[in-house]
Amino acid sequence: MSEFLQQIVNGLSLGSIYALIALGYTMVYGILRLINFAHGEVFMMGAYAGHYSAGVLGVQAYEGSGSGFPVLYGLLVLGFSMAAAALLGISIEGLAYRPVRSAPRLTPLITAIGVSLFLQNAAMLIFSPNPRRFPPILSEVRFELGGVILTNIKLTIFGVATALMLGLHLFVQKTWTGRAMRALSMNIDAARLMGIDVNATIRATFAVGSALAAAGGILFGLDQITINPLMGVLTGLKAFVAAVLGGIGNIPGALLGGILIGLAEQLTAGYLSPDYRDAITFLILILVLLVKPEGLLGVVRQEKV
Amino acid sequence: MRRLPSSPPPPPHLPAPVTSAGAAKARGGPRVSRRSALFVAGKLALGRLALRAAVPALLCSSIACKESKPEGAAGTTGPSREASLEIVIGHYGSMTGNTAHFGQDTDKAIRLAVDEKNAAGGLLGKKVRLVTLDDRGDSAEAANAVTRLIDVEKVSAIIGEVSSSLSLSGGRVAQRRKIPMVSPSSTNPKVTQVGDYIFRVCFLDPFQGKVMADFARDELKFDHVAILKDVKNDYSIGLAEAFKAAFTARGGSISLEQSYSAGDTDFSAQITAIKATKAQALYVPGYYAEVGTIARTSRRLGLGVPLMGGDGWDAPELFEIGGEALEGSFFSNHFAPDVATAKSQKFVSDFKAKYGQDPTGLGALGYDAAGALFDAITRSQKTDPTAIRDALASLEDFEGVSGKITMNANRDADKSAVVVAISGGKAKYRATVAP
Repeated sequence: MSEFLQQIVNGLSLGSIYALIALGYTMVYGILRLINFAHGEVFMMGAYAGHYSAGVLGVQAYEGSGSGFPVLYGLLVLGFSMAAAALLGISIEGLAYRPVRSAPRLTPLITAIGVSLFLQNAAMLIFSPNPRRFPPILSEVRFELGGVILTNIKLTIFGVATALMLGLHLFVQKTWTGRAMRALSMNIDAARLMGIDVNATIRATFAVGSALAAAGGILFGLDQITINPLMGVLTGLKAFVAAVLGGIGNIPGALLGGILIGLAEQLTAGYLSPDYRDAITFLILILVLLVKPEGLLGVVRQEKV
Repeated sequence: MRRLPSSPPPPPHLPAPVTSAGAAKARGGPRVSRRSALFVAGKLALGRLALRAAVPALLCSSIACKESKPEGAAGTTGPSREASLEIVIGHYGSMTGNTAHFGQDTDKAIRLAVDEKNAAGGLLGKKVRLVTLDDRGDSAEAANAVTRLIDVEKVSAIIGEVSSSLSLSGGRVAQRRKIPMVSPSSTNPKVTQVGDYIFRVCFLDPFQGKVMADFARDELKFDHVAILKDVKNDYSIGLAEAFKAAFTARGGSISLEQSYSAGDTDFSAQITAIKATKAQALYVPGYYAEVGTIARTSRRLGLGVPLMGGDGWDAPELFEIGGEALEGSFFSNHFAPDVATAKSQKFVSDFKAKYGQDPTGLGALGYDAAGALFDAITRSQKTDPTAIRDALASLEDFEGVSGKITMNANRDADKSAVVVAISGGKAKYRATVAP
């Protein structure tokens, strides 16, 4: 029983990281109908930004001296990495997607794949292809609860992910920019006629989505210990499947999809075979597309002729 | 006198080794290529193409262009071997690229052996000249390098490679041209099956699996051990099988066998399952990056048993990633720098004096490959490749820094392995296991 609960806890923490990344996919898709394949690489770059900023703040010295990395510094690392990723997201949008925004839908999609490959290879060039240990920006405290091992890292993952998702909800529902995003997702042309600055709103969407991915990158690094330039490929794909499962374009759906994919993966690895851990995600994708293509929380859009 | 291929720049074709230098030691293959996914297969195919184009560019910008300047006087095409005043030995290795530190470490050690030999008067009254060609970790390049060593440099014998796949590729050329080749550290059984001109001075994977099993049973007195192997890596699968067979043959039991795929970063499901068994140790015959993560994940999930592994662990990065989580773990290796034979201590101190760093196991094997070759040339009294081959085949009780080497009928070295224990963030010698 405790083994099962342990797998559930592990699955939930993995799932909340997927959910954070899935939000970026779903927000961009909701507005531009674009699957931003470079999103996984923004997630990876966010993790590296965390790696280097923690290095600048002297994380090695703190680890060596035995005293933990100050929480304030940890938050600083998180903030810096989110800001850097937001900047990266805005640049990608401005340089790669805006010029092809009015082109047929396949063009931006292929552009996104190009950006993704560019970032992967740039990362291998700059950071070296070797996996690196993610710095311990949170010194680990372990405790046991009814046979289940919990760490402060897992709790931080839940905490940070929940806080960010609540923040996003408030942002989208309560702010003018959020309202503009929702308007854009209904109809871009109508929104423009109502005086909404379409470019600025799309920029904001990329910035917010990328910042969330970077937070996911930091949490992923904390949870999984090493990071590497190709970490965004598979994780990004799984987050994308999570977005599709929840209903792409739907923010609560991304959250639900992320958690479900995390759990499915962990339970498959634990009880079926670790060899199927990646396969299960894509099996779910196929089933969703066959049975309920709009996703769990998605709405069917009527195509008007 | 280091010569590296410099003209003209070779076409940008590399196989897809992507992530780690350590990983590419690969008796297996590239390790990141696992990312297969259904509908985005096209995306990934594009990815691989892009890697092929990008990696050489990377090499050129960062390492290769600096490295490929000849450091000394370039050797010229020599006259016939017997009349020549020098004996030319070729070495091909990954001097640049993702596995650069394997090639460089090996080359440093071979160079040390050659310098020592020349300082002592050379071989058969002639100077030994070492020609090193860079294969950049690429198997097509490895075959080219061997061809060039034979045709242009007229070498008497060849040393190389670390990686089994490159030894196979270069070895086929050497075999066809009937030039003896000694691989310092390729452990895959297939390498010497290429033909009767191919030798190695290291043990094979099936043996190391048995070494660790015997150690776990006899020394550590474990009854139940769990296995966590990399299903994408032939080396890991082979080692896991060898361990399992030997451990159960001695009355132990395997409490659970779990697997992962190279490049995975999440091992919590496997560790949680293993924790639910009564395993007293966990055998992880993989590479250092995953091993480090596995060690940390185990401790995080409260699995406190020691980890055990093989020579794929031997890299400084193991300690960088795994850190204190590896304390009390063991792995089998070719050589331990702190082991106490006079010859190996001299090698370690000479290497340190010359290069300012500790040699790795690969360095020790490079030194032994050169030593075995010199021994064969001395015994044959000839620089003719076939005579050297025959002498290599009868190598017996050669005292190397990594242990006594005797060539068996399969041209593999029958030699002992060491077990090292990790304590204080360092690998320390624990035991020697004879074949």
